[in-house]
Amino acid sequence: MNTELASSGSRGDLNALYEKAQQLTSPDLRDKIVGSLYQESKRLCEAGVHHSNTKRDRRTEKLDAVFTSPIWGFPIMMVMLGIVFYLTIAGANVPSDMIARFFGWLENYITAFFQWMSAPDWLYGVLVLGLYRGTTWVVSVMLPPMAIFFPTFALLENYGYLPRVAFNMDRIFKKVGAHGKQSLTMAMGFGCNAAAMMSSRIIESPRERMLAILTNNFVPCNGRWGTLIVLASLFMAAGYTGGAKSLVTTSVIVGIVLFGILVTFLVSWVLSKTVLKGVPTHYTLELPAYRRPKFWETVIRSSLERSWAVLLRAVKVAAPAGILTWVLANVTVGDTSILMHIVNFLDPFGQMLGLDGYILMAFLIGLPANEIVLPILIMGYLSTGALTEVHNLGDLKQIFVDQGWTWLTALNTMLFSLLHFPCGTTLVNIYKETKSIKWAFLAFLIPTMIAIFVTFVIAQSVRMLG
Amino acid sequence: MTETYRIALAGNPNTGKSTLFNALTGLKQHTGNWAGKTVSLAEGTLSHRGTVYRLIDLPGTYSIFSNSRDEEVARNYIVFEKPDVTLVVVDATSLERNLNLALQILEMTQNVIICINLMDEAEKRGISINERLLTRRLGVPVIKISARNKTGFPMLLDTIERLAEGKLVCEPARMTYDKDIETKIASLEPLVADLVEDRISSRWVALRLLDGDESLLDELKSRLKVKEGSA
Repeated sequence: MNTELASSGSRGDLNALYEKAQQLTSPDLRDKIVGSLYQESKRLCEAGVHHSNTKRDRRTEKLDAVFTSPIWGFPIMMVMLGIVFYLTIAGANVPSDMIARFFGWLENYITAFFQWMSAPDWLYGVLVLGLYRGTTWVVSVMLPPMAIFFPTFALLENYGYLPRVAFNMDRIFKKVGAHGKQSLTMAMGFGCNAAAMMSSRIIESPRERMLAILTNNFVPCNGRWGTLIVLASLFMAAGYTGGAKSLVTTSVIVGIVLFGILVTFLVSWVLSKTVLKGVPTHYTLELPAYRRPKFWETVIRSSLERSWAVLLRAVKVAAPAGILTWVLANVTVGDTSILMHIVNFLDPFGQMLGLDGYILMAFLIGLPANEIVLPILIMGYLSTGALTEVHNLGDLKQIFVDQGWTWLTALNTMLFSLLHFPCGTTLVNIYKETKSIKWAFLAFLIPTMIAIFVTFVIAQSVRMLG
Repeated sequence: MTETYRIALAGNPNTGKSTLFNALTGLKQHTGNWAGKTVSLAEGTLSHRGTVYRLIDLPGTYSIFSNSRDEEVARNYIVFEKPDVTLVVVDATSLERNLNLALQILEMTQNVIICINLMDEAEKRGISINERLLTRRLGVPVIKISARNKTGFPMLLDTIERLAEGKLVCEPARMTYDKDIETKIASLEPLVADLVEDRISSRWVALRLLDGDESLLDELKSRLKVKEGSA
């Protein structure tokens, strides 16, 4: 069924025709042809194709108009943050107290058991006063808040709200000369700063990535939530009871978080104007549609997996740290224990910052993991001889008050916790990611200097004002 | 024996061309060689209102500039084997990209139906297409279908029938290029028309020769040789 070409045609004519065509043509002819075809396709589609939004798109747009609005975006973010912390604080109090009571009750039996065995004092000290108390404190103080905080946060994430937070923050990050994606690594930091170091890989530009790495520490990771929540609820809302108490505690925590974010912006801005000069690069942030997550699956998965992982890590570090603290407190050099030598050495400096020697020591020993700072501090205080038995959160506060704590001590401890050097794991990760001792050291130095500066200024001003 | 018409299926890859082919022909398929070429194409038959249609599934290509063997095969079939109807299957969800190929085919042949497939998916994404406007603009029938859900088939089959039987005459809108190219086409076209008469679009051949399409030149030569040999 071949097409028969005209009889007048011949191969010679064709060759001549082709040569003529080649003389006529220009090198950009193909581009012009393709260009015209594309233009025509485009014109046709503009006329004949209409993109309307589906129901889901329209709902997403409406929600985005509110959640990412220049006016409402930030207030809503604060309220959301507030709700998450309120639920965490209000919900965690009772179970925390119950778990603490349970471990206290159990300790009586363990003590009785050691007495029955006529175990030596040092063994009892290491195992019960060091190991047992250290780990049980970590569990009772940290488990309930985590079991509430993680699922709530995960629900917000799965509903699609967190990308909107990143979108809102993006505007500010660009203004301070950083990359918008830094808001994503920052959000990751709320979970774990060490993990956030890895997540900074999403930022391509080395300059902006370094900014993200150096400032990530200013958002409290879950290892520090425990410290912040416990101290805030013990000291910051002392005059209130019931719901109001939780509300005040929540405001304090939200304030602390906002302060951390503010410091992030400030440090990013200063660095991008000095050692890390440059213009922020553009990128497109795709906002996924809002969707209803599988509620119970999210809740169960996040509370089991994440809470369990964090707790396990805390206990792993807390156990040896508990033993170490006990040993330091009980091995004497000269007439005082090693612990007291350290504490006495650090105390003058600590006092200047509105803290004390014990607190600084706890932060130093707590370098491997922020989770254990508070337990070490408590053990340190308890080792001074005034061996109070801790049975509930009220007893806990008494320990602090006996050591001369005021709301200022609590506030500065919280601020120091928020701003101080990153944990050991994070520092190792920074070194791995930057391959530079210098930057890893700066990542240690910058936060520490800021922590010292802020607490110093607050302590001195409060004291001056009386 | 009932009259048979040949319907060629062309289109970009992943437009559901094969889905449509399978849906229309069912199990009545085989692989056929054509014109002594070593290229084999899937063929199938379909009857509609007492008429048998042979469907030929051409290779899926993004253009038909003879950049590749597949493009040559598709081009040669449409131009030289002259199917009664060429069905260009396009993806409703990326119509703009797909229309490029359709426009190129409209330059080559007259009896074209543009078949907008994946309409179900497009509707889900909130894409609505005004096929009447496209029909008017392109000068050939534009039909919306979903090969997967077998929707739009009656309309498609009726159009194929009317076109094959000559009850419907297409006047494809001609692509207009810039002045420079149009002048060149105009000076070359009469010469081409002398050679190929009205069996092939002389305008299209002129354009292809200007574009330096040697593969088409060779194809034309071999077709002429066949003619000379038989003369």
